[in-house]
Amino acid sequence: MKETKGIIFDIKRFAIHDGPGIRTTIFFKGCPLKCWWCANPEGQKTDPEKIISPFQLEENDECVKDIIGEEISSQQVIDEILKDRVFYEESSGGVTFSGGEPLMQPEFLHSLLELSKQESIHTILDTSGYAPQAILEKIVDSVDLFLYDIKLLGNEEHMKYTGVSTELILQNLSFLVEREQNIIIRIPIIPGITDTSENLALIGSYLSELKSISRVDILPYNEMSKAKYTRLEKPYELNNIVPPIDERMNEIKEKLEQFGLQVKIGG
Amino acid sequence: MNERVKKLREQSINAKPSLSLERALLLTDFYQSGVIEKVSIPIARALAFKYLLENKEICINDGELIVGERGPEPAATPTYPEICTHSMKDLEILDTRSKISFSVDEETRQLTQEKIIPYWKGRSIRDQIFEKMDKGWIEAYDAGVFTEFMEQRAPGHTVAGRQIFQKGFLDYKKEIVEALNSLDFDKDPEAHSKREQLKAMEIAADAIMILAERYSKKAIELAKNEEDSKRKQELEKIAEICSYVPKNAPRTVWETLQHYWFIHLGVITELNTWDSFNPGRLDQNLYPFFKKDLEEGIISLEEIKELLQCFWIKFNNQPAPPKVGVTAEESNTYTDFCLINLGGVKEDGSDAVNDLSYLILDVIEEMRILQPSSMVQISKKSPDAILKRALKIVRTGFGQPSIFNTDAIIQELLGQGKSIIDARNGGASGCVETGAFGKESYILSGYFNLTKVLEITLYNGKDPRTGNIIGLETGVPSQFNTFDELFESFRLQLNYFIDIKIKGNNIIERLWANLLPSPFMSLLIDDCIENGKDYNDGGARYNTTYIQGVGLGTITDSLSSLKYNIFDNKITSMQELLESMEKNFEENQELWVKLIRETPKYGNDDDYTDELMNRVFNEFYTSVNGRPNTKGGCHRINLLPTTAHVYFGSVIKATPDGRKEFQPLSEGVSPVQGMDIKGPTAVIKSASKIDHLKTGGTLLNQKFTPQFLADDDGISKLLYLIKSYFRLDGHHIQFNVVSADTLRKAQKNPELYRNLIVRVAGYSDYFINLGENLQNEIIERTEHMSM
Repeated sequence: MKETKGIIFDIKRFAIHDGPGIRTTIFFKGCPLKCWWCANPEGQKTDPEKIISPFQLEENDECVKDIIGEEISSQQVIDEILKDRVFYEESSGGVTFSGGEPLMQPEFLHSLLELSKQESIHTILDTSGYAPQAILEKIVDSVDLFLYDIKLLGNEEHMKYTGVSTELILQNLSFLVEREQNIIIRIPIIPGITDTSENLALIGSYLSELKSISRVDILPYNEMSKAKYTRLEKPYELNNIVPPIDERMNEIKEKLEQFGLQVKIGG
Repeated sequence: MNERVKKLREQSINAKPSLSLERALLLTDFYQSGVIEKVSIPIARALAFKYLLENKEICINDGELIVGERGPEPAATPTYPEICTHSMKDLEILDTRSKISFSVDEETRQLTQEKIIPYWKGRSIRDQIFEKMDKGWIEAYDAGVFTEFMEQRAPGHTVAGRQIFQKGFLDYKKEIVEALNSLDFDKDPEAHSKREQLKAMEIAADAIMILAERYSKKAIELAKNEEDSKRKQELEKIAEICSYVPKNAPRTVWETLQHYWFIHLGVITELNTWDSFNPGRLDQNLYPFFKKDLEEGIISLEEIKELLQCFWIKFNNQPAPPKVGVTAEESNTYTDFCLINLGGVKEDGSDAVNDLSYLILDVIEEMRILQPSSMVQISKKSPDAILKRALKIVRTGFGQPSIFNTDAIIQELLGQGKSIIDARNGGASGCVETGAFGKESYILSGYFNLTKVLEITLYNGKDPRTGNIIGLETGVPSQFNTFDELFESFRLQLNYFIDIKIKGNNIIERLWANLLPSPFMSLLIDDCIENGKDYNDGGARYNTTYIQGVGLGTITDSLSSLKYNIFDNKITSMQELLESMEKNFEENQELWVKLIRETPKYGNDDDYTDELMNRVFNEFYTSVNGRPNTKGGCHRINLLPTTAHVYFGSVIKATPDGRKEFQPLSEGVSPVQGMDIKGPTAVIKSASKIDHLKTGGTLLNQKFTPQFLADDDGISKLLYLIKSYFRLDGHHIQFNVVSADTLRKAQKNPELYRNLIVRVAGYSDYFINLGENLQNEIIERTEHMSM
C-alpha cells in the first residue's frame, strides 16, 4: 500500500459514542460544511491553526497558544489504531473516521481504511456525505458502517446553517442505500433549527423510504464545545439556545418512530 | 433490609471506636501469675489465650443472630501490650488525633500507667525489634525507605480454606493426638519442640470451645429473662448453636456463620494479626450448607440473607487495632482488610459462580458498610452476568467490590510452585495479595519506597531531607555520561536497601517465631498440625514473605524525565534540574512546565516511559524474588500501597517528574495522578506492560464519573475494559465513582458526609476519616477523569 499523509487534529482512544463497542476515533481536519452548532470547530479549517492553550501558568496572564492539527502518515495512524486492538476484540468495537470531513482527504482515508481491513478491524465512517460520488465509490467496500448526518431537508435552511446545499448529500445517501450499505443516520437536535415539526416530518418521511437504514440516532445539542470557539477566537452563533431536555428528546423520538424508524437518543 | 438489620447496622455505624483494656489487663494478670515461668513459650501463649477466653466479657447485642465481640462491646478495641505497649503519649495521640481516633477514658489511662506499662515496657516485641535492628536498618527506616509491618502487629496475612468449614475443634483435637502419637523421640531431633507446639494447639482448641460454651450459657440466661417470645426462641436457638459449634463441624448456614465467627474472634484475640482473618471464598465455602438448607426447607432465602447481614455487622463492629507511629501512617484506617472473595473457579477448574454469589452481592449492596471488604474473581469462564451485577454495585460509588482476575491469580500461584488444586482454591486478600487459602502464610513485611531510593541515588547516598548519608556513594550524578550509568547507580542503591530490609526481616521473623507463636492460628492453616510447627515458624504448607513496592508511577516518570530532558534531548542539565528540585521548582517555573507538560509520562501507552517502568519493575523483582526467608519459603514482591504512598511522599523532596516536595506518590501500578491523558485504554495498556504474573498482586485504580456509569451502556463498556485488562494478565482493578465536587463538599462539611465511602488504594474508607493530604490526592485523582 502506498504511504499517504493527511492532516488530523486528534486521535481519541476509548471513544464510546462513535459506534458500537470501544473505538478509536480519528479526527480529520478540514470540512466543506460550516454548521453553526459544529462540536469540533477546530476541524473546519484544512490546515493546522493556532488555539489558545487551556494550560496557563498562574502568574503568567499571557495566552499560551498551541497548534492544532498535524500532518501524519497513514502508517503512524494505523500504529495508533492497533494499540487498542484487544479492546476492539473484547467489545466488538473498532476504528471510526470522523472530523472534520474524512472524505475531504480521500487518498489518506482510503489508505487508512485498507490498512484497517487488512488487520480485520471494524471500520466506521462518520460523514456529512458532502463529497463527489466518485470518492465514495472508491472507499465504500472497506467501510463496515456509515454514520451519516442528516440535518435539515429544506435546501435554503441547509444553506443558511451549514453553508452548502443538500443535493449532493442526498444523492450520496441514495447511492449508499442502493449499494445496501449498513447505515445509521444521525440527526443533531438543535432547538428551533433542526427540531421544527416541519423538518422532522420531512426527514421522517424521507428516511422511511430508504431501505438499509438500520437506525436513526438523535443527538441532543450541548454547549460543551462553546469553550473551543473562544479558544479558536471564533464567534459562537448559538448563544441563546438551551439544550433540549429529556422529555423533548423523547417526544422527537416518538415522532420519528411514527415513520417506522428505529430511533435512539444519543449515539 | 429488615428492622432488625437496620437497627444493628445503625448501632454498628454509630459505635465510636474506643480503647478497651480488658485484654491487656487479663493478659498482664496471667503473665504475673507465675504460670509462664514453668512452661514452654508455646504453652504459655496457649494458656494466655485460654485465660483470655475464659475471663473476657461475653457480649450479646440486642437482636443479633450471630454473636461474639472481640471487646466488651462493639468497637471497644483491645490492645496487645505484648506486641506494642502504648505509652501515655500514644494514648493521648490515639484519643485526640483528628483521624482514626480511639477514645481513651481516664480509667484506661490510669490502669495503663499503673499496671500495663510497668510490666510490659521493654518486654514487648516492638521494643525488642527496634533494639535488635542495626544502624543501617534504623537509618533507612527513619528516612522512610521502607516500613516494617511486624513492628506493632502480628504476621497474620492469611485466609481460611474450605477445611475449617468441614471440621469442628474436636476433630482438630483428634488430629493433634494422632500427630502426638506419631512423634518419634528417638529419631526426630525436633520431636520435643513439636510436642510443645502440638500441646499448645490442643489448649488453644479447648479455649475456643470454652468461649463458645460461655456464649451458649449467656444466651440461655438472656432467654430466661426475655419477655418477647420470638426473641426468647432466637436466644434459645443461639444457645443451641453455640454449644454445637465450633466444637463440631457445622451442619447449617446459621451454624456455619457462627462457627466461622468464633474462629475469627479467636484469631484476632490471640494476636492483632494483619488483615484480621477472612472466611475466604465465602460463596464456595458456604454453598453446600446453603443448598442443603434450602432443599430441606429449614430456612428461607430471606432468612439466609438476614443471617448474612447479621454476619456482615460482626465484621464492622471490630475496627482495626489502634496503630501508632509509622504503622498508622502506612495503614491509616479502621478497616481491618477482611476481603470476602466471590466467584472464581472450583478446584476442578470449572466456573464457581453460583446463586449464593449473587445473594452475597445483594447483601454487599444493601449493607454498604466499611467492613468486611469484598471482591469478585472473574475468570475467563465466569458469566458476564456476575461482572455486570458487581459493576452495578461499583456504580453506587463506595468502592466495593473490587475486581480480580482469577486466571492471573492461578498463574501467579503456579509460578510460585503451588499445586494446581491449591492455586484454584486460592484468591486475593487484604488489598490485592495473592494467596493459597488455608495453606499459606503470606506475610507482607513492609512497603518499599522506590522513589526514595532514586532520590538518595541523585544525592550520592545522602538523604536530602535530613542531610544524613544513609546509602551507598554511587557517584556524583552530574558526572554521569549516560542514562545507563545513572540507572546502574540506582540499581546498586536499590539492592543495598533491599539487602538491609531482608536482613531485618530474617531477624524479625525469628523473634516472632520464638517469642510470640500463635497456636490457635496454627490449628487453622494446613499443615501446621501435621508438621508440629507453629504458623509463625513456617508450619504452613507455603511460607512467603512479601516486600511491597510503592510509587512505580512516580519513579517511572522521574526516570523518564531524567532520560528525556537530560540525556536524550539536553533540555536541561543534571545540575539545573537538581537545583530546581532543591528549591521546589519555585524559581524555575519554565522548567517545571516542561517537566509536567512536555515530558513523556507513564500511563499513556508510550513505550518510552513504559519500558522504564518495566526496567524498574524487573530490578525490584530481581533484587527480592527468591531470596530465602527463615521459614523454608522465600521473598517475593507485590505492588500496592494502602496509604503508604502518602507517607512515602511526605519524606521525599521534589522529584524530577515535577512532583512538588512532600506530595503523595502514585499508588499501586496506577499512573501519577492526573498524568494519564490518553484515557483508560492507554492506562490499561501501560499497566499491562509489566509481567503481573511474577508478582503476588498489583493494584490499578481507575476513576469514573457517575454519569459515565449511569446507563447500562456505560456498564458494558467498563466490562469490556476489565476483560481486556484481564486478557493482558492484569491482576486487579478497582473503581472510584464519585464526582470531585461531592468530595470537595465533603471536605468542607464532613459532618454532612459521614457515610461517604471512597476507594483509597486496595480498600474503601470513609472519606471524612482520611487525612487531608490523602483527601486532596483523591480529589485530584477524581478531577482528572477521562470520562
